Amino acid sequence: MSNLFIPNPKEAESIHILREVAAQFERPVLLFSGGKDSITLVRLAQKAFYPARIPFPLLHIDTGHNFPETIEFRDQLVAELGLELIVRNVQDSINQGKVTEERGRYASRNTLQTTTLLDAIEEFKFDACIGGARRDEEKARAKERVFSVRDDFGQWDEKNQRPELFDMLNGRIHQGQNVRVFPISNWTELDVWEYIKTENIAIPSIYFAHKREVFFRDGMVWTANEHVYRESYEEVFEKMVRFRTVGDMTCTAAVLSEADTLDAVVAEIRDSTISERGARIDDKRSEAAMESRKKVGYF
Amino acid sequence: MENRKLIKIATAGSVDDGKSTLIGRLLYDTKSLTTDKLEAIEKTSRQRGFDYLDFSLATDGLIAEREQGITIDVAHIYFNTAKTNFVIADTPGHVEYTRNMVTGASTSQVAIILIDARKGVIEQTNRHFFISNLLRLGHVVVAVNKMDLVNYDEDVFLKIKADFEVLVEKSDFKTDQITFIPISALKGENIAKHSELMPWYVGNTLLDHLEVLEPSDLHESTVARFPIQYVTRPRTEAFHDFRGFSGKLYGGSLKVGDEVTVLPSFTESKIKTIHFFDQEYSEALPGASITITLENEVNISRGDMLVKSSELPKSEKQISATICQVNSKPLKVGDKYTLQHGINRVLAKVESIDSVIHTDFTGEVSASQLKLNDIGKVNFRLSKPIHFDTYHDNKSNGRFILIDEGSYDTVGVGFID
Repeated sequence: MSNLFIPNPKEAESIHILREVAAQFERPVLLFSGGKDSITLVRLAQKAFYPARIPFPLLHIDTGHNFPETIEFRDQLVAELGLELIVRNVQDSINQGKVTEERGRYASRNTLQTTTLLDAIEEFKFDACIGGARRDEEKARAKERVFSVRDDFGQWDEKNQRPELFDMLNGRIHQGQNVRVFPISNWTELDVWEYIKTENIAIPSIYFAHKREVFFRDGMVWTANEHVYRESYEEVFEKMVRFRTVGDMTCTAAVLSEADTLDAVVAEIRDSTISERGARIDDKRSEAAMESRKKVGYF
Repeated sequence: MENRKLIKIATAGSVDDGKSTLIGRLLYDTKSLTTDKLEAIEKTSRQRGFDYLDFSLATDGLIAEREQGITIDVAHIYFNTAKTNFVIADTPGHVEYTRNMVTGASTSQVAIILIDARKGVIEQTNRHFFISNLLRLGHVVVAVNKMDLVNYDEDVFLKIKADFEVLVEKSDFKTDQITFIPISALKGENIAKHSELMPWYVGNTLLDHLEVLEPSDLHESTVARFPIQYVTRPRTEAFHDFRGFSGKLYGGSLKVGDEVTVLPSFTESKIKTIHFFDQEYSEALPGASITITLENEVNISRGDMLVKSSELPKSEKQISATICQVNSKPLKVGDKYTLQHGINRVLAKVESIDSVIHTDFTGEVSASQLKLNDIGKVNFRLSKPIHFDTYHDNKSNGRFILIDEGSYDTVGVGFID
């Protein structure tokens, strides 16, 4: 019997990175949002360590404003794969007075997550946090390293990053520092979708077209419910929509879409003329919104 | 993922050679700039009073860069055509940022070196080509930009080509590894469409040229090297005795039944199985992240290397290497570092520094230290032997990084001579 294994270069690179994390760090964790990128990471981790279990837990920072479909999906995935899941809540950080809930028209708990995340890193002494960020998402992320060193305050010093040469990853850090690891740095949004399709990976239902109560603001489609601030004149419609990126309800806009199968979604992404983060309300705050958030320890 | 070929490109040019503009143009012409990004570019271009689209805005990401209007760090940019996935490592062109070009080029197979048609081959061009040569990139595209500012004059292009060919003769490149293309990134001439203003140029457009490159031409094939990253021991009922060696395969393929030697113990064995996820294979190609089991029980830990018994690498405690210093703290005789060869780490002491090499092909001078952005010949003594090939023979097994023992920063990259 002869069967030849022809590697997919991007998949092989991601697996290489995940194995380096398991080997170089004592307490790694995978930051899991329930979105397609972190779901893809879980599949890659399965492949990296099979037939052994994934040797690190998942950490979900729950804003309390997540889509219920995402939470349901998360719990199912964790049960199926026998993974360890740690959940930390932004609500607790608010109750403890560490952060203050935003008010007004664009109120979101997205920025507040950073505090909860940094507290969780300290609580569990995580030294490596694996995330699903990709360099194609945003300009500041295009300069991010695969192993990105953060100081005790979780800060990103963008001008003083360690050079990364070839595929040799240097994860040596001092006590109190931690590393953010981005195994799918070099994937594009389309790569992720095509991978989900080829691998037949299950994803939350909100990625597919469904009927939803929405309203329109600033050229974007917002979810209409109790977590999202809405002016009385902002009229609610029932529309066929899907989400292209899944974050907190308050910062994730939907797109009008009829794409209700993976094939249709992939086709739609391929022909799309708006970027993925174009549907992220948090990035619209200013041209440098992402960089500013990253500097203080955002994902 | 669809099986498109993947071409990785490093771009190099001096300040104002129009590198960011070229990349923005490539994104625009391949319809990779989405409406919202394009709108942002239009808006900012208007604010700055330009009567054209400043495509450099598509890539200059950091706040400081936008303020100063320059690029200060390697940015990765992605675009696709129907047949090919491209990754561009956009590296800054300032003299003080040589380390960024080395970094960007280290993950690339092709370099695009930009030359301003008005300025011709300058010192920086020499340096960019020198680094392409040092890293043994598979192909170099010399893009002579701003042809619109020299009236699309063929003589200007031919003069620059002739000047550059002098450099090619001093390098290890063969002439078929170098391609010259006259372009105007700003106006889109010879990027995606043939320029009617330069009818004298009959070669491919830049994009056509990048598309016809084959990764197989750009990847060298040599001997198989399999560094063990991780020992996979499930300790579950179904896989009670499973002991797999996981890593990424470089250089050549491995087959079930291959006679192999484990380094540093020099234990011999045979490959029993090759796994990728829940499938078994009889053979794996280089680039694969796989898990291997062996016929007999062998003591293997992370950092060990598995090779075919007929293709042993060198095993030595004294090595000579060409080092590029990428940190502001200089490298001096007597300094101790952690040397990371692939994934394997040993301690290394600088025994002597032979020379600092002029990065413009004009020779070398003796030196007592390597400063940031210096490239020099250095001799090391190691705490344990490493199992290496020269960078010339086997890129993956002939390179290392130096890690500072105090800061843990990556301070140098080495190419074993």
